[in-house]
Amino acid sequence: MVSRHVNAAIPVIVVTLAIVVLWYVGAALLNLSWEKSVAERNGTAPSTIEMLRNTMHQERPVLPAPHQVVSEIIDTTIHKKITSKRSLIYHAGITLSSSMLGFLMGTLLGIVLAVIIVYNDALNKSLLPWIIASQTIPILAIAPMIIVVLNAVGIQGLLPKAFISMYLSFFPVAVGMVKGLNSPSSSHLDLMRTYSASSWQTFLKLRLPTSLPFLFTSMKVAVAISVVGAIVAELPTGAVAGLGARLLAGSYYGQTVQIWSALVVASVLAALLVVIVGWLGDFVNRRMGLAHG
Amino acid sequence: MNDASRVIEVNGLSLIFPTSDGDVHALQDIDLTINQGDFVSFIGPSGCGKTTLLRVIADLEQATSGSIEVNGMTPEEARLARAYGYVFQAASLYPWRTIASNVALPLEIMGLKGDEIRSRVEHNLALVDLAGFGRKYPWQLSGGMQQRASIARALAVEPDLLLMDEPFGALDEIVRDHLNEQLLKLWAKTNKTVVFVTHSIPEAVFLSNKIVVMSPRPGRIQEVIESDLPAERDLSIRETQAFLHLANRVRDGLRAGHSYDEVS
Amino acid sequence: MAESVNLHVITGEPQAARPYRFRAMERFLFGGAGMLALLGLLLQAPWQISLATLAVALIAFLQLKRSRLLAAIATGAMALVAANSLIDLVDQPEAINAGFWCLVAAAWLLAWGCVDQLSAIKTLSRSYRTVLNVLIPVLFGLWLLILWELLTRGLNVPQVLLPAPSQIGQRFMESRAILWMDFKQTFLRAVLIGYAIGCGAGFIVAILIDRSPFLQRGLLPIGNLVSALPIVGVAPIMVMWFGFDWPSKAAVVIIMTFFPMLVNTVSGLSAAQPMQHDLMKTYAASYWQSLFKLRIPEALPFIFNALKINSTLAMIGAIVAEFFGTPTLGMGFRISTEVGRMNVDMVWAEIAVAALAGSLFYGLVALLERIFTFWHPSVRS
Repeated sequence: MVSRHVNAAIPVIVVTLAIVVLWYVGAALLNLSWEKSVAERNGTAPSTIEMLRNTMHQERPVLPAPHQVVSEIIDTTIHKKITSKRSLIYHAGITLSSSMLGFLMGTLLGIVLAVIIVYNDALNKSLLPWIIASQTIPILAIAPMIIVVLNAVGIQGLLPKAFISMYLSFFPVAVGMVKGLNSPSSSHLDLMRTYSASSWQTFLKLRLPTSLPFLFTSMKVAVAISVVGAIVAELPTGAVAGLGARLLAGSYYGQTVQIWSALVVASVLAALLVVIVGWLGDFVNRRMGLAHG
Repeated sequence: MNDASRVIEVNGLSLIFPTSDGDVHALQDIDLTINQGDFVSFIGPSGCGKTTLLRVIADLEQATSGSIEVNGMTPEEARLARAYGYVFQAASLYPWRTIASNVALPLEIMGLKGDEIRSRVEHNLALVDLAGFGRKYPWQLSGGMQQRASIARALAVEPDLLLMDEPFGALDEIVRDHLNEQLLKLWAKTNKTVVFVTHSIPEAVFLSNKIVVMSPRPGRIQEVIESDLPAERDLSIRETQAFLHLANRVRDGLRAGHSYDEVS
Repeated sequence: MAESVNLHVITGEPQAARPYRFRAMERFLFGGAGMLALLGLLLQAPWQISLATLAVALIAFLQLKRSRLLAAIATGAMALVAANSLIDLVDQPEAINAGFWCLVAAAWLLAWGCVDQLSAIKTLSRSYRTVLNVLIPVLFGLWLLILWELLTRGLNVPQVLLPAPSQIGQRFMESRAILWMDFKQTFLRAVLIGYAIGCGAGFIVAILIDRSPFLQRGLLPIGNLVSALPIVGVAPIMVMWFGFDWPSKAAVVIIMTFFPMLVNTVSGLSAAQPMQHDLMKTYAASYWQSLFKLRIPEALPFIFNALKINSTLAMIGAIVAEFFGTPTLGMGFRISTEVGRMNVDMVWAEIAVAALAGSLFYGLVALLERIFTFWHPSVRS
């Protein structure tokens, strides 16, 4: 068992190391021209080795080296108070809370829509095509407008950002749940009919349990996309708070190290959330005896 | 060099699958000779290694020890020389190809020319009574027709040896009887060597002139029964004494492998 | 043992039976529409439309069993006539009274009843069903627009908050030149070029690592992880590297579309059943022969899945990347600047272009999918 995990991990570790090495090489190559221009301006002629060494700790590198990003992250998480505006944990917390709120609202909305769609033929035929079409619209494009418009009516803070996350996350849940609620085989449904079960009983005892694996698979997609929604929603708020704001501020002032560290923290956040939802799904599926399904 | 009439020669062949619960003896000490023009059936319960033995002949599985020759070559050489046609349990036709281009598939892989491919496809579809269905897609045909198409695909290679792994196992009995009869006619017409895996006693007795009874754990040959039925047969032969007698011998052979108590 | 080989290679999933329909719905819809029309008549809505609506609703309510199609046509037509007259009235402040809103609700229930009847029609004719499957969502969408128009204008919703569809349409027609320039910049350049390169690269890398199980096992978990990450965040970096013009946006699109394509193609290439591989082996097929004749066709549904996901991702990537800096051109640029100027109707016109382009793009990919994977159970049924 353990050795199988190790065997699975080795290729991932090797590829990750290769990416880190490539990152260093890329950083050296991309940052070299700046070192050359500095040397030219100062009229000095440093050796190539010296220039390469300098590419590893520039103030505003084209591509910061991995250790620069790591030290920036450590600096802005462990060494800053959480309440400080310069703490990445503070910013990540803001993004996390709005994306979580949006994710929960989106999941609820998705489940409710799915149940309605499964139980109402007219809505199935008229609403479902629009739900699907709504996702071909680059909804993130509307994000700034929703934020600004809601701001104009006095709705501020967490809620507008959560709306964006909700809009993005309801879709995978709704589609997955419709699939899940329709997934019992016709023989299972016929069995319920032989018991003359009411449609509510069929829902509770058959459709809902069989839909759970579908629900958690969709929730993994939904939670990842809700983080994206929260980050993009933070862009038009004038770079006040949140990981999106850090990205925007970094791009205004050319602080590449800040951009990269915000990006890494956002990625870690999204990955953690996906993993947690995945565990939750595994746990529930196992409790329901559906682990193999 | 073997006698030219010997198509398959197996000597002391064993195959062991290592699994987490220990080694599984899928085949143990198999000795078998199959001659040109034979119709040989492998029969036995699940786990007796009949499919595995067929797969070893086809080089889809490699023996752990012992020797095997197909047309005087190793199975791998025979496979590379396209010495056999293989029919699987499921038709496994490609759904994105029409029936005709499914039959053409092995010919394309062999690198034949367009005209040659067309004529062979036409000829073999006619052999299995599917002329006129070439432009249909597999999913537009019934299960029996799909399986016939897959037989045409195996025949298109024009092999002297036909390996069939429970080809009619998934079909209903009426279709199965019909295809059995057609297969016998085909065999008589083409004089090919057929190796046929089945778990149906009537099917094995009806089709074969040599029945190899196998038993499980370890997979081994229990008995080889030569059929004394006439070469010309139709379904009515199943009512005759000779047929029932032969079927009983097969059943006794299977029972001697006392396999029924422990079918997995 | 190959005894238990999966025989459901080509069969589709079993169709789940639909639950029993709640037919009291239609009585409620038509009865409600009639009731509201009567109420509207009493509350001084225009009597001609009220009476006509009431009559059609009553007939539909009483004659339900006769013909669903007839009921749908009558109620649908009446609902549209009523909507048309109501839209004519909506700019006269004295006409907006309780009766007016009763009539709006009546027309809406009538339209809902029409859609309800249409979806209850059981037909075996294929073309008839196709027409219905298009007509029903179109009617639904049309009514969404009608209600939007009536509510925003009838309730005098500030234009900053939500402009009426007619205002958006007018702005759209007036600004066609600007919209076209933005479309060219964002869609024809950034989206299409980035999409082609990103998807192409994902596919090629998947083929390249196909022969190395080690690289696959290393790259697949990473690709899956990266697909779930907020990659849009690389936009500011790309803008710094490749400048303000469209190449930086295309770069974002490339990065966003690469990983879904890679992951899907790799899993698609391993989708073929063991029996299919055995078949190729019995033909002594070479690696490239199995790749082109078996594994790539088998991977097509997965590849098209990635192409569909990527079509939306590409639009998002290109537009969001423009929030981080552009020349004074592009859909994302226009949206963010016009929002700042409170020209919300222009923003909506731009969104309409984006929605149209996004849906058509997706629709085109879906159409190609139907053409190339016509044999797949999910397309056949």
